Amino acid sequence: MRYLESAVTLEFLPERCVGCGMCAKVCPHEVFRIENKRAVLADRGACMECGACAKNCEHEAISVRAGVGCAAAVLNGMVAGTEPTCDCSGNSSCCG
Amino acid sequence: MTNECECKCACGGTAAGSNAAKAPRVSTQLTLTDRIGAIKVRWGIGRMSYRVVPGLYAVGDPQAESPVLVSANYKMSFDRLRRVLSGRNAWILVLDTDGVNVWCSAGKGTFGTEEIVRRVQLCAVDRVVSHRTLVVPQLGAPGVSAHEVRRRCGFRVEYGPVRAEDLPAFLDAGMKATPGMRRVRFGLRDRIVLIPVELVTGAKYALLLSAVFLLLGGLGAGGYSLAGIRTTGVEGAALVLGAFLGGGILGPILLPWLPGRAFSVKGAVLGLVFAAGPGIYSLLGNGLATSWLHAATWLALAPALTSFVVMNFTGASTFTSLSGVQREMRYALPMQAAFAVIGLGFWLSGLFVA
Ligand code: SF4
Ligand code: SF4
Repeated sequence: MRYLESAVTLEFLPERCVGCGMCAKVCPHEVFRIENKRAVLADRGACMECGACAKNCEHEAISVRAGVGCAAAVLNGMVAGTEPTCDCSGNSSCCG
Repeated sequence: MTNECECKCACGGTAAGSNAAKAPRVSTQLTLTDRIGAIKVRWGIGRMSYRVVPGLYAVGDPQAESPVLVSANYKMSFDRLRRVLSGRNAWILVLDTDGVNVWCSAGKGTFGTEEIVRRVQLCAVDRVVSHRTLVVPQLGAPGVSAHEVRRRCGFRVEYGPVRAEDLPAFLDAGMKATPGMRRVRFGLRDRIVLIPVELVTGAKYALLLSAVFLLLGGLGAGGYSLAGIRTTGVEGAALVLGAFLGGGILGPILLPWLPGRAFSVKGAVLGLVFAAGPGIYSLLGNGLATSWLHAATWLALAPALTSFVVMNFTGASTFTSLSGVQREMRYALPMQAAFAVIGLGFWLSGLFVA
């Protein structure tokens, strides 16, 4: 299954990459692959913007607008006039 | 919750030293109560009472070289972890994530660098074990910065597999994950277990809306009537509940096979199929003046409702992105609202056309 791909905000700066492999390790959708001791964007469209890669890249080669792809969170944000917020403290559906 | 987990946190900020002896031991066997608890959590009953006291726990008879596995203080995460550790010796470091699972709390940052460093220090993990490695679930990575953790408390973060079931194999392979262990799946089973909580969350809105339809059904050209409630009202309520249950149950199950990438489109298609039966039936039926109104009501209202219901499943899915959902909603919300208003208009007109 794949989702809307053109909206993805993931950016990768290869010149900063040292090939440590962390991004490939943490990504649950195999967006990054290590080739010739460098990371490559193997499947950018599969990115779900979880932010794990950017958070674990010591060399700041990756940026992404991290968030949860959750309509309820976006609605909450619209109603409250804030950024999307996932109300996981209650019985919200997003945290099955 | 087992008795073992309910005892006071082993670390609790007390002076370190004999923490190893004080860490409560947890069983790797789930009791009937644990299993009933899991079912209740799935249905959203009192799920916030299923917290585990944060701290350090012992599984089996762990030693200084035994692995330290980090978990959230959400009972389901904790139970899944201890169950797969049967026959092993290990430490479990439970973080305070407000009773929220690893994935969601990592997204919010409560399962994160800050809490790991704090908990490692509170529990004096460095005095309990001789090595300097923490096994963190891979799905915790959105909240954790491995290099920050190492810099701030000296522990190296090793990301474990996505699923707890793969943990034994991961540990046996010297903390090496196969590519399959790193991939998040969203199979039929994964989708089905998410259905109950989705239904419970939406139920009050669906019931309220169907009650409104039931009561409005009594309206008619000849004034308000009980007969109207029994016929038109019941049918309106059935439309709402049917769309809610159809979208909420069939949407997740049929997700990969419904056309379109946007969840709202998938939901609308489901609603059209659902409405086709009653729609065609009423067109074939007699009473031409009302039959087309009737068919139009179903064909506009049902897709609007199912589209909205299925769109909300984006939050439970494992592959949607925030930017994508925002883009989808910019188009979907106005469409859903328009179709709902049009459908309602047809329905109300139908009440007054004899
Ligand atoms: S984590 Fe950063 S430095 Fe390491 S391989 Fe990925 S992009 Fe390169
Ligand atoms: S944001 Fe998440 S899904 Fe996207 S590339 Fe990074 S780790 Fe993978």
